[in-house]
Amino acid sequence: MGVKQLGIVGQSVKRRDGIGHVTGQTQYVDDVFYTGMLWLKMVRSPISRGIIHGIDTSKAEAFPGVVTVVTAKDVPNNWYTILCLIGVEPNDEPVLAHEEVMYFGEPICAIVAETEAIAAEAAALVKLDIEELPPVLEMEFAISPDAPAIKKWGNNTFMYDGYNHRKLRFGDFEKAIQQADYVIEGDYSLSPIEHAPIETHCCVVKPEPDGRLTVHSNTQALYFTMDNTAIILQVPSQRLHMIGGTVGGGFGGKVDVITEPITCIAAMKTGRPVKWRWTREEEMRKSSTRAGVKMHYTDGVMKDGRIIARKVRSLEDAGAYHRHSPYGVQKHMANLPGPYTIPNVWVDAYCVYTNRQPSSAMRGFGVTEATFAVECQMERIARTIGMDSWEIRLINAYRNGQMRPVQKVVEDATLIETIQAAAELIGHELPAHLKAMSSDDYAGKGGHHG
Amino acid sequence: MESITVTFKLNGKTTAVAIEPLESLRTVLREHLHLHATKAGCGQGGCGSCTVLVNAEPVLSCLMLAALADGQEITTLEGIGTAQHMHPLQAAFFDRFAAQCGYCSPGMIMAAKALLDKNPHPTRAEIAEALAGNLCRCTGYVAILDAIEDVVTQMQEA
Ligand code: FES
Ligand code: FES
Repeated sequence: MGVKQLGIVGQSVKRRDGIGHVTGQTQYVDDVFYTGMLWLKMVRSPISRGIIHGIDTSKAEAFPGVVTVVTAKDVPNNWYTILCLIGVEPNDEPVLAHEEVMYFGEPICAIVAETEAIAAEAAALVKLDIEELPPVLEMEFAISPDAPAIKKWGNNTFMYDGYNHRKLRFGDFEKAIQQADYVIEGDYSLSPIEHAPIETHCCVVKPEPDGRLTVHSNTQALYFTMDNTAIILQVPSQRLHMIGGTVGGGFGGKVDVITEPITCIAAMKTGRPVKWRWTREEEMRKSSTRAGVKMHYTDGVMKDGRIIARKVRSLEDAGAYHRHSPYGVQKHMANLPGPYTIPNVWVDAYCVYTNRQPSSAMRGFGVTEATFAVECQMERIARTIGMDSWEIRLINAYRNGQMRPVQKVVEDATLIETIQAAAELIGHELPAHLKAMSSDDYAGKGGHHG
Repeated sequence: MESITVTFKLNGKTTAVAIEPLESLRTVLREHLHLHATKAGCGQGGCGSCTVLVNAEPVLSCLMLAALADGQEITTLEGIGTAQHMHPLQAAFFDRFAAQCGYCSPGMIMAAKALLDKNPHPTRAEIAEALAGNLCRCTGYVAILDAIEDVVTQMQEA
């Protein structure tokens, strides 16, 4: 089958929604207005950790223009169940907090009012009686025996098959590191990153006469959002008419199903359309971020450049709740050895809970962080043993047919060819023995681990 | 608070609207006059997505009281072109893939229009300077500068 027959491949195609974007005709969620629409504002935790003794909404409810206040009692199934379908449990995050608060900005109750300004003013009238507890904010401390357990299961990590970290074991690291010519260590860390889309989170819900809810959402994952909202509302999903697909920037920051359930409940409770749009401050300080990560590498390297052993200990800061982090750490674990063939690998990857705003999905989360550390470490190895940066990577790049530490045989390797093409593009002349390498040269044809 | 009436020329048409005295021009455009092209990325002067022209000057409409627009001439993205008859800047943004999610595009295009109306032959550096207050998180800056340079070239050739 030639490329030509596919017709479209290799051609530039105009965006279907492009003219709408440049003429201002594209309808984003905040552009949706209904007659009689109410506005929602969230009352959030003013501290990082504490026990809730009381939530007094009476003054807010009596405020002129306030229609209702939504609290935990109004949420049929008061759990975020985001990844329950892939076994991320136990449920740990309430939709609305009622027993304890775990991070600064955690949602507690929602004010629904005739205007956004009234909702904001009334939100300030809710009296919170919260007993402050010392927050756990640093990962090494969180996993030390001195730290108070902030999670109900008695420690501060996600539990992977009974362990407080995800383990990866391949070959015999302890033995191999003894035989290495060099032991090279490196520490790498990343701060949390906020997606900061120009469009903040927004949701509009309109109750229909037939009992369905029309839900305008800027989620990146409409069906995922429908399923999770239905589980929280305890309604069949056909009651939710989801309208989405137009997102003013997401980058992973709009997959947490964080606005739709509450806005639906407010619309059901009042029988009127409701809009909830986040302020820039909420977007920056309360929405989830990319996790902060700390990685420590210990590599055993031979004089000829072969990496024969690699050990990684990584801590990922999930913040207060799971969101997508336990899954992110799973991907992270698999990518920490890098795209290199190393016969002896040991990885301990921790998903750590702290009293910070939750972290979650963001562009390649788990993988990008590992790649950053791996490539810094490759550079460190090259410099330490006095080898060229290209050569160290090409020698170790994995080849088709080799076994990866996650017990999967490589069958689609392109790293060698990509590096060779990159060298050519920038006019860097690789020596003949590196040019001759290929992803298919394993099994007696020059693969060093063959 | 009692509402007041302001009258301005909006996209060429004289418009009178009843507003609350402290409402921003952006809120009045979006929520009273239902012109939704002007966006609301921050409400605090940080993103540029709400940029409109007031007497041909680029203005952050989230920071301008609508009351101060009385008697002025306001232009929004809706006023410079339509899907059938795009302004050259709109056409260039479309051709160059300079709009990804599109949320920054209205502000970008209005800021660019303010520049080209005053200086039809800006350098790339001058274009970048004129857009310094407009953020794009989809990082389309290169495509955006390319699109605006296309229009500059077209105008030179015309
Ligand atoms: S909304 Fe006006 S500058 Fe961001
Ligand atoms: S295109 Fe998305 S912010 Fe610019």
